[in-house]
Amino acid sequence: MARDYPKQKTRSDMSRRVLQRAAGLAEGLEGLAAKPVKMWRTKGFPYRAPSVPRGVEVPTKESTLGANFDTDFARGPGSRFVRRLLVAGPVNAMVQFLARPTVEGVDRLTDLANNESIGGVIFAPNHHSHLDTPLMVTAVPKPWRDRLVVAAAADYFFDKRVKGTLAALALNAIPIDRETTSRKSSDELRHLLARDWSLVIYPEGGRSPDGWGQEFKAGAAYLSAKTGAPVVPVFIDGTGAIFGKGMKRPKRGHTRVVFGAPLFPDDGENTRRFSDRIERAVTLLGDESSTDFWTARRRAAQGSSTPLTGPDYTGWRRQWALYEHRKTGVAGQRRRQKRRWPNLD
Amino acid sequence: MPRPGFVLEVDRSTPPILFWRGENFTLEKLPADRSRVIYAPEPHRVIDDIDGAIRHSLLNPIDMDPLPTLLFPGMKLSIAFDDISLPLPKMTRPDIRQRIIEAVLDMAAEAGVDDVHIIAALALHRRMTEDELRHQLGDRIYDAFAPRGMLYQHDAEDPDNLVLLGETPHGEEVEINKRAAESDLLVYVNINLVAMDGGWKSTATGLASYRSLRHHHNTHTMQNSRSFMDAHKSELHKSNWRMGEVMRKHGPKIFQIETTVNNDTFPKPFDFLAKREWEWNGRDRAKFIAAQAGLNRTPSRMARNIFHGIEAPHNMTSIQCGEVEAVHKVTTENVWKQQLVEVQGQTDILTMGIPFICPYNVNSIMNPILVMCTGLGYFFNLYRGKPLVREGGVVIMTHPTPNEFHPVHHPSYIDFFEQVLTETTVPSELEARFEKQFAEDDWYRHLYRTSYAYHGVHPFYMWYWGSHGLQHCGRVIIVGGDAPTVRRLGFTPASTLNDALEIASDVVGRNPTITHLHTPPIMVADVK
Repeated sequence: MARDYPKQKTRSDMSRRVLQRAAGLAEGLEGLAAKPVKMWRTKGFPYRAPSVPRGVEVPTKESTLGANFDTDFARGPGSRFVRRLLVAGPVNAMVQFLARPTVEGVDRLTDLANNESIGGVIFAPNHHSHLDTPLMVTAVPKPWRDRLVVAAAADYFFDKRVKGTLAALALNAIPIDRETTSRKSSDELRHLLARDWSLVIYPEGGRSPDGWGQEFKAGAAYLSAKTGAPVVPVFIDGTGAIFGKGMKRPKRGHTRVVFGAPLFPDDGENTRRFSDRIERAVTLLGDESSTDFWTARRRAAQGSSTPLTGPDYTGWRRQWALYEHRKTGVAGQRRRQKRRWPNLD
Repeated sequence: MPRPGFVLEVDRSTPPILFWRGENFTLEKLPADRSRVIYAPEPHRVIDDIDGAIRHSLLNPIDMDPLPTLLFPGMKLSIAFDDISLPLPKMTRPDIRQRIIEAVLDMAAEAGVDDVHIIAALALHRRMTEDELRHQLGDRIYDAFAPRGMLYQHDAEDPDNLVLLGETPHGEEVEINKRAAESDLLVYVNINLVAMDGGWKSTATGLASYRSLRHHHNTHTMQNSRSFMDAHKSELHKSNWRMGEVMRKHGPKIFQIETTVNNDTFPKPFDFLAKREWEWNGRDRAKFIAAQAGLNRTPSRMARNIFHGIEAPHNMTSIQCGEVEAVHKVTTENVWKQQLVEVQGQTDILTMGIPFICPYNVNSIMNPILVMCTGLGYFFNLYRGKPLVREGGVVIMTHPTPNEFHPVHHPSYIDFFEQVLTETTVPSELEARFEKQFAEDDWYRHLYRTSYAYHGVHPFYMWYWGSHGLQHCGRVIIVGGDAPTVRRLGFTPASTLNDALEIASDVVGRNPTITHLHTPPIMVADVK
């Protein structure tokens, strides 16, 4: 005769029971909350937002995000102290780990550093990656590093309060419109330059979408013309391959930051032409970085420097050319392999 | 406004005065009422926009067309520059030579010049290391030119790369670097640390061969140069200028770029060394005490590394370029402005502290022969008009003068010390008996050409450099020097300054006048 054994509890039975209990608890809570919610719903104004009468236009309150984000707090002594710690500590560690930068051309800034009559300086680098800003705040030489402001895209970095606050605190970023510099942004930047703050501004307006550079906008030239601050062209090589636009996670590599000789607007030179001059200077530095000083000078004189914006053609050929171009830069330089001896044990 | 040079009459209230002793220093009390101390003028203001001044000067040369108009595609351009012996100590980066050569290269590139050679004009000096070249020229120039063989150092013993341009009416052969001689334009970039530098001496000495150099680096010219700092009274310069005439007729077109630097010699924390002692504040005194105590306990090798690591804050006070002689005239005036100190009358005893550096021991050892050269060759000759010390007077130097030589940099100095000075210390005699043997020695030649050694004949030239001082002075005393080494040099050793003054009294009597040359910083006494 077959004997009936007590049925053993399986794992699925246990989970079903837990779910049943949770559902019961939730039902109880819902019952408790239902009454006050119903009361609040029926109460209306002033417990709820007022309705707007027809035909009346309510003035919209100006957003404090984006270009209007107030970053004054980031220039206060407390924030500066925190930022100094952040830049010297985690930011620098991250840059050294990810980008292993080589900084060149600082000697070109000697006269600028010794000239007491010059206060703020505008650093105008090319832009390939979010890594460019941490790289710049650690690479800019000492006289300017402690009073450095970074112009950051208002629509990207200052669209959320937390994000904007962090950007302002850690990098001393201030919001700037990409396309047209608003009066407020421009006034604020001029004001900061006049108070001996230096500025990192990316004349390309944003990160490169395809790895090649973009045409320079006249923001840096305009600010220099308005304030008399010198523009230092800077070429950053290698960040696009580490964390370029569209990459989901960074890939370790090598970078190079090359500072150029400071530029001043000539008498009667309009901002467009000055901006072209800045672009040519950055192009020359780019060429110098991938070849050498003399070759770059000769190619610049012949008008045959590799343009920052890459070849005119589009599609795969452009991407192909980028691959070839990157091989000449610091990202493409293969480190000498460690010699491996055969193991004879 | 920098203060001019100053002559202090020592009285009983005068504090002890700083005396250099190689890689150390002491404070010495000078006898009151018969001693004086000469202080250098304070550093002149440097040019604010140095790159702008360089560019302006290249576009507005003296007695020549602007540099861009002299450049054309297909031309041969050579750029020569002064070696590591200038300036002293080395200047902080970027060096003036780097800035000037970069500006010249910018213009050459604009003009489409492809064939450019950059040559270190080091005559018979030692080759510079890569680090030293990078310090002078910067990484950009080094990386662009050195790997292609377009940046190199002049070889005064390479028969294939020397060319004889001709002879002066005095029979002096003018043989210089072939590439420089065959260039369409030779740009010479100079630093005039003292009035002796520059002019035709740049090319006629810096790019010359031993065959050419021996005509002005000999006892005759040295003993008849009163002094080297005054080109009009210097046989050395007259010979170079005669050679310059030959180069003007048969050599390349020369675009001379001359610069002057101020005498801001010591960076912090050594800045007190250039101050007047009574202006030392508490911090300066503390630094002196700490430095002296530390250096007394520091091995000499480490002390040397500390001092040779000093990068002086001196920088450019003027730049002029164009025709060699016209440019040099302006340069010399600018050097005088910074360095001249008016001094009334000569003295019985001249005292001088010999510092850690001279033009021939940069990153190296100040050996006994260089001590002699620095004291009697350079410091003794820091005058215009008459020597600071009267004829038959006494020179007292302070230096430890160890019997120590750099075996790589100064191999022939060792043999000179052991073989030549044991025979004679008379310049004309050792010139006649030994110079040829050292100059033509194949091993020294090999070391000069392929290693980092000074030429075999160089210690002779150092000795000749001091021959005017040797001829002029009744006695030379070295305080604190290694006694056997000092005696080998033909000088008298003394333990203390008081002992030295006692010894000197045999020559100059019991109550001699004493003058102390408070240098570095460099100055030139304009003795009336």
